Amino acid sequence: MKNKFKLSIGLMVAALAFTSCNNSSSSKGALGSSIAEKVYIAPGEHDSHYAFLSGGYSGNLLVYGLPSGRMFKEIPVFSQFPTNGYGYSEETKPMLETSYGFIPWDDSHHPDISQTNGELDGRWIFINGNNTPRIARISLTTFETEEIIEVPNSAGNHSSSFITENTEYVVAGTRFSVPVPQRDMPINEYKGNFKGALSFISVDPDHGHMDIKFQVLMPGFNYDLSHPGRGKSHGWFFFTTYNTEEANSLLEVNASQNDKDFIAAINWKKIEEYVNNGGGTMMPANYAHNLYDEATHTGTSTMKKEVRVVNPSEVPGAVYFLPTPKSPHGVDVDPSGEYIVGNGKLSANLTVHSFTKMLDAIEKERFDGEAYGIPILNFEDILAGSVEQAGLGPLHTEFDGQGNGYTTFFISSEVVKWKLGTWEVLDRKPTYYSVGHLTIPGGNSRKPFGKYMFAMNKITKDRYLPVGPEMEHSAQLYDISGDKMELLLDFPTHGEPHYAAAIPAEIIKGNSKKFYKLAENEHPRKATTGAETKVVREGKNVHVYMTMIRSHFNPDNIEGVKVGDKVFFHVTNLEQDFDVPHGFAVIGANNAELLIGPGQTRTLTWEPKQVGVWPFYCTDFCSALHQEMQGYVRVSPADSDIELSWSLGE
Amino acid sequence: MYKIKYNMRKSLKLMTVLFAMALISCGGKEEKKKETFSYDKKEPKTETTTKKEEALPPSKQVDLTNKGVGPIKSLTLDANIDQAMVIKGEEVFSKMCTACHRTDKKFIGPAPTGILERRTPEWVMNMILNPEQMVKEDPLAKELLMEFNGSPMANQNLTEVEARAVLEYFRTL
Repeated sequence: MKNKFKLSIGLMVAALAFTSCNNSSSSKGALGSSIAEKVYIAPGEHDSHYAFLSGGYSGNLLVYGLPSGRMFKEIPVFSQFPTNGYGYSEETKPMLETSYGFIPWDDSHHPDISQTNGELDGRWIFINGNNTPRIARISLTTFETEEIIEVPNSAGNHSSSFITENTEYVVAGTRFSVPVPQRDMPINEYKGNFKGALSFISVDPDHGHMDIKFQVLMPGFNYDLSHPGRGKSHGWFFFTTYNTEEANSLLEVNASQNDKDFIAAINWKKIEEYVNNGGGTMMPANYAHNLYDEATHTGTSTMKKEVRVVNPSEVPGAVYFLPTPKSPHGVDVDPSGEYIVGNGKLSANLTVHSFTKMLDAIEKERFDGEAYGIPILNFEDILAGSVEQAGLGPLHTEFDGQGNGYTTFFISSEVVKWKLGTWEVLDRKPTYYSVGHLTIPGGNSRKPFGKYMFAMNKITKDRYLPVGPEMEHSAQLYDISGDKMELLLDFPTHGEPHYAAAIPAEIIKGNSKKFYKLAENEHPRKATTGAETKVVREGKNVHVYMTMIRSHFNPDNIEGVKVGDKVFFHVTNLEQDFDVPHGFAVIGANNAELLIGPGQTRTLTWEPKQVGVWPFYCTDFCSALHQEMQGYVRVSPADSDIELSWSLGE
Repeated sequence: MYKIKYNMRKSLKLMTVLFAMALISCGGKEEKKKETFSYDKKEPKTETTTKKEEALPPSKQVDLTNKGVGPIKSLTLDANIDQAMVIKGEEVFSKMCTACHRTDKKFIGPAPTGILERRTPEWVMNMILNPEQMVKEDPLAKELLMEFNGSPMANQNLTEVEARAVLEYFRTL
């Protein structure tokens, strides 16, 4: 007993000794301080923030919790997703239609959450498809892709998808300039002939539906990234450019000749007014608009045939160029809207322009020349300041709402905290390794929630157990609530997350849908009761109206299908309870499975090629009788005269 | 040892061939095949009145005091059946319950006919409104889950008003 007592005293002393180290040092890692506690979410507890990381070349969007770094969901957006049948089911195939036909993949980059009065409202999240230019809108109640609009006249849809402060527009700019309209011409006649289309896509305030209001046809530069003005600069949009040399080959060298490229400042309110008064030109185009109807659980694809284009010269005073050193990558606007940060990726300095000085220079017409009729402002006139020698290769900046900016430096692999106004560097922390974007929840809005910041790194190397030559990318979470940034956690990501958006959980978690109400299901081929189940032949097409509930299909015996038929399984999940999906898989299906949410209807097409009796089953372990959730389809020879019949429990 | 093994293998092979031949000779007609084994299968159900009371399955047991676990603590049924409620209840039942329940016979779950002769109205409504907790905490509901093969009563998220209407409909069965 005595010994035990002594031992526990000793342990307490030791514990105290450890605890006392916490404030003085954070270099001991998780065990040496309370860092582990800062990211530990006890079993059953919830994270405080959602983070939505783009999937890059996965084409999707990933949902994580902060501070734990746990992944909750992969939302399929631009890519087919056999895990739940997105892009394979008849209802979701139309979502991936484009003017190039059905496109099963894309490269998703920059998610941005809808805003009201410049603050995150958590209604929708938008993301761009880079390769075949598209913008998607994802519901933050169902966490499903509800709409995808293709962007014509665009190529490499990279300076996208950023939201104005009342979600008036989601903006999509082209990275690659191209002939507009597209035509057969020599590549080396690029200069002066190619155009860069910047698209302003209006967002319906009630439904979120997107429509291209106008495209500004800019000179043939590369438009790299963009951000809206906010607060005092609301009504303007800023785009970085590179390749103002208009090189068409070996850009690695040829697009880095000019000491300065531009940030294009676009007064979209002025152009909107011009367009509302009939300005601009409707030009023939061909682009898909894919809309998912939550009532019918079905997407439809419509081809649009024209788009309104505006030449900057038509609207004097709407477009200016702000000279910015060294091929700027990100352009970021602080919460007040005064400072426009150009992250010159081949520079050691950060250039910060002043919105007030910009307006003043415009008013006084202090121009330093023009490019294709667009006035170029004088660099010195608009400069607010620069963060000197902050690091190497600045890419992106976010803000904490406390007067500080946080910038990633790719080449020197670090995040640097600096002060707005004084431009002094306050802190720097290494990242592991080669950081791209960073995100602070609300960090590109008027109201950042500056507790956490996470950096998304391009190279992982030794941070995790090796899994062959290629590693998943790594993100790193920092606590930024103190004077100094504190690295809390590494967590692996999926695909290549470029940008991410994050939001306090309480803004959206209460809106998350629990199930789809059967009473509101308007799918044209639903079956919501046993009486509605049936099998109908329409020529070679056989439609199966099927229901599923724990744990049986109705019908589960189907006969009269023939080789050469096309069987459509329209399966309705009758469950009306949170998180009770069922799966549907049938042997030899050339597409995928269906994962059907409670109350939802989904259709899988099956083309039986062989005579026999073929099983189907539920793929999602749903109850103790899940293994019994199965059925058979009898497939007879093409010339068979067996009539269609179906049954359950007979 | 080796030899014995060898012999055993040989005879096993022979047996397999013989067995396969026997199977083949049975081929052809696939319909009306006799069941080839009857190990531990349940006998076809023949209701016997001679069974002892304690052997009654939970679905047949009568418990008119247990109110179950859930939001419904006390419910007094009017002597008269509310016909408007019955119509509503039948509609809800046919939409939300018939995937697993038939009124007149056991299906996935038990038939509701005569349910109020065996259960309190509170128990019935709690089973509809709160099945997850019922099968964990109510002894009878627990036993019922086993009697019905472990097939869970799904929570179809009926409102209290809807569940009450379903109960009224059950009174007419």
